[in-house]
Parts: sequence; C-alpha cells; structure tokens
Amino acid sequence: MDRRPPLLSQRCWMTDGTDMCLGVPGEILEITGDDPFTRRARVSFAGVERDVCLAGVPDAAVGEYVIVHAGFALNRIDREEADEVFGYLRRIAELGQEELPE
Amino acid sequence: MKYVDEYRDREAAEGYSREIHRITTSPWSIMEVCGGQTHSIVRYGLDDMLPDLVTLIHGPGCPVCVTPIELIDTALDIASGPGVIFCSFGDMMRVPGSGGDLLSVKASGADVRMVYSPLDALAVARDNPDRETVFFAVGFETTAPVTAMAVKTAAAEGMGNFSMLVAHVLVPPALEAVLSSPSCRIQGFLAAGHVCTVMGYTEYEPIAEKYGVPIVVTGFEPLDILQGIHMCVSQLEEGGHRVTNQYTRSVSREGNPSAIALIREVFTTVDRKWRGLGTIPRSGLGFAAGFERFDAASRFGVSYRSVQEPPGCMAGRVLTGDIRPDQCPEFAGGCTPVHPMGAPMVSAEGACSAYYRYRRTRGDA
Repeated sequence: MDRRPPLLSQRCWMTDGTDMCLGVPGEILEITGDDPFTRRARVSFAGVERDVCLAGVPDAAVGEYVIVHAGFALNRIDREEADEVFGYLRRIAELGQEELPE
Repeated sequence: MKYVDEYRDREAAEGYSREIHRITTSPWSIMEVCGGQTHSIVRYGLDDMLPDLVTLIHGPGCPVCVTPIELIDTALDIASGPGVIFCSFGDMMRVPGSGGDLLSVKASGADVRMVYSPLDALAVARDNPDRETVFFAVGFETTAPVTAMAVKTAAAEGMGNFSMLVAHVLVPPALEAVLSSPSCRIQGFLAAGHVCTVMGYTEYEPIAEKYGVPIVVTGFEPLDILQGIHMCVSQLEEGGHRVTNQYTRSVSREGNPSAIALIREVFTTVDRKWRGLGTIPRSGLGFAAGFERFDAASRFGVSYRSVQEPPGCMAGRVLTGDIRPDQCPEFAGGCTPVHPMGAPMVSAEGACSAYYRYRRTRGDA
C-alpha cells in the first residue's frame, strides 16, 4: 500500500519555524529604513506576515522573494533559475528519448 | 505558496524517478547531509521512488543532534542561575542533558523562553535591562549570520546584559570527518542548500577532489532532492567527482558576501566536540577578538564536565550514517519523542524523529 503523502500536501511552515536549517521563501511587502545594517522588511509567507532583518540582502527590493531563516533573509531567490528544476528534467528526458531505438 | 508548491509536483517527481532508474547501472550510496533533507525524503517517500541500487544514508546535519551533552549541561547550569532569562530555539528545549532538559529546568522555576530568532532574544534583553539574558546559539552556517547580527547589534547598542552560549558547527569539517572513517561507504553527497546559500561551495571543491566524491549542492523540496540525486548518480556512473549546484535559485559559488562578512567579523573557527563524531578540528565557531565579552560560558564561569552518553542510545551511529534509526533496538520502544533517549528523536531535523513520525507503522521500516 502506498503510504506516501501527496506531494502537494502543505507543511505547516510557520509552526515548523524552529527547524534549524529551514529557510522559507517569502515576498517582501514593505521595507523600513535606509541603513543596510538596520534595514527591516515586512515579509509575507503565503499571507502570514513577519518582520525580517535585511542585513544579509542589502540590494533586496519590495516585490522580490527572499529565503528567510530565523528572522533573517539569507538571500534573494533568483527568478530566472526558479524553473531550472523543470528545465533539467526536460533536457534529461529528451536525451533519454534520443537514446531509444527507433 | 510560491517557490514551494511547484517543487512538490508529483508528475515531475515521477519523471525524475524514471530518469534516475534509467541511468543507474551500479549500486551507489549517497549521503544527504542535512536533516531537513532527511525529513523531506522520509516524509514524501522519495527513497521509495529510487532504484534498489541507490541507497540514501542520513547524515549528521542536525545541529541540535550533534550538540554535545556537556554543552547541554552547561546550558542547564546557566539557565538555572538566579535572575537569568535563558532563550533557546524550540528544538533544543527537550533534548536531554545528563540531568534533565531545558523544559524540566523551566518546570523547576527557571525563566526559559522559546524564541524564533536570536533577534527576539535581543529584544527580551532590551525589555529586561536589570536581568541577564542568554541565547543558546545552536546551528550550522545557515544560522550563524543572524546570530552574528544579534551580537553585533548588542555591541552597537552597548548592551551589557546579553550573552550567548555558542554551539555553532560547520559542515565541511564534518564531511571530512565522515569521509576519513575507515568504515565510510559513502560515494556521493547532497550538500545542504541553505548552508551553501550563505557560504557558497568553494570549501567543498578540495574535499570532492581529495576523496574522489561528487558533491551536489541540493535544496529541500521533493523535486530539488530528486534532481540532486539524478545529478549525483549521473556523475557516479561516469566516474566524476565534481561539486555541482542543483539549488541555483538560491546558491551561488561564492555564497552571500554580506552574510559571510557578518560571520567573519563576530566569530572565529574553533575546535568543537560533536555528539557521535568526537572532537573535530576547526569545526565550530567561537567569539572573535573584540566580542569575547558576549561569551556566556565565561560570563557565568561555568566549566565543562565530561559526561557519558546514556547507555543504549545509538545516536552516534545514526548521526554518522552507520545505522538507520529503525535499526536501533530502542527505536519506538525505549525511545520515543515523548521520552527521548537522544537528540535525533527530539529535533525536527533528527533522523530518528523523521522515522518515528513517518515510518513507524510500516513493516519495512
């Protein structure tokens, strides 16, 4: 019997927030301050908002997505690379097709 | 949730599963380093989607689990002190020291508080200027920037009532320790994506070269992990041993320079004892010159005692990938999340807790 949970099941991100290496992607809604060391943002995680320290992402702007760990933005998400997991699959699957005998 | 849900697509996951089956011709053992990855693998049954030839070995990447029992006892000593407010991540609250845990110290009257961020602990210190606030800084390179940020902020504000018990550990020295073991059977690694988001992956290149193992920087969602495994197996099949990057949406080779600069300013590398792995040279972080006054261990004058691990607990062998959690005779019997014998059963990233949550009822686990 297949006991796997559906892949699309939602994990409760905010209550798992103490997970030590967990980084959660969120959208910057608003930025407060100009000093790169003390800049803070209001970040939305699928509607749940939190105050986040931006000292690690001095260039981050409103509308961008950041990966947040323990109230600190580790990095900005590179939008152009976001679909690479599907691009890679497409390329390796095409390679497989070419290898198949006609 | 954007940048989460799309990476849990079952159809794409099955596509990856097919491609991994197609390219695998020999038996391969791959270690996923991070406990967050272990939880994804066990939760989503990703190991069941792999060919029998590919074995995943769970790594030591759970910072709570590798924190030595002596340091937990030190935390309990400090937390029990008069007037102290002791702040910790929730994961650490129920990890047993040799005489109880943080929750039992709290039950005895100590002021122990669970926080989401070291910056929240800093706010507690600000709100309680007449009391000492101590933060238990546990974590890998992922957590070190925000810990450093809290210390730097406390220094900038001239706060005298804030300190930290630092238990930070570093991944690359632990990988070398695992690889140096004569019984090591690991042929490839999935490196931890968020550690590398901060640090980049240049530190892993000499390790891949020296030990002849491919290392793939990998994310945490199901499709990330399956792609990471495909990239690792395809290198193994062709005899490669390079560092490659699956988690490109977050990780660059050089990492995040602002975050690295924060860590380097506040901390310096020190030798550190790991639970299960022993003392590993230059594998932890301690305070750099100029920030020593924030060291809680010296502020409270606590000394480390040598402590024996509880008999029966095989956490050390689980942490090095020597046995699976369910191969421990105490698993789900003498050791459960309610009455844990070792940290891997407590932590949200511990391999034992992953097996307990998702595999306990399965005949094959």
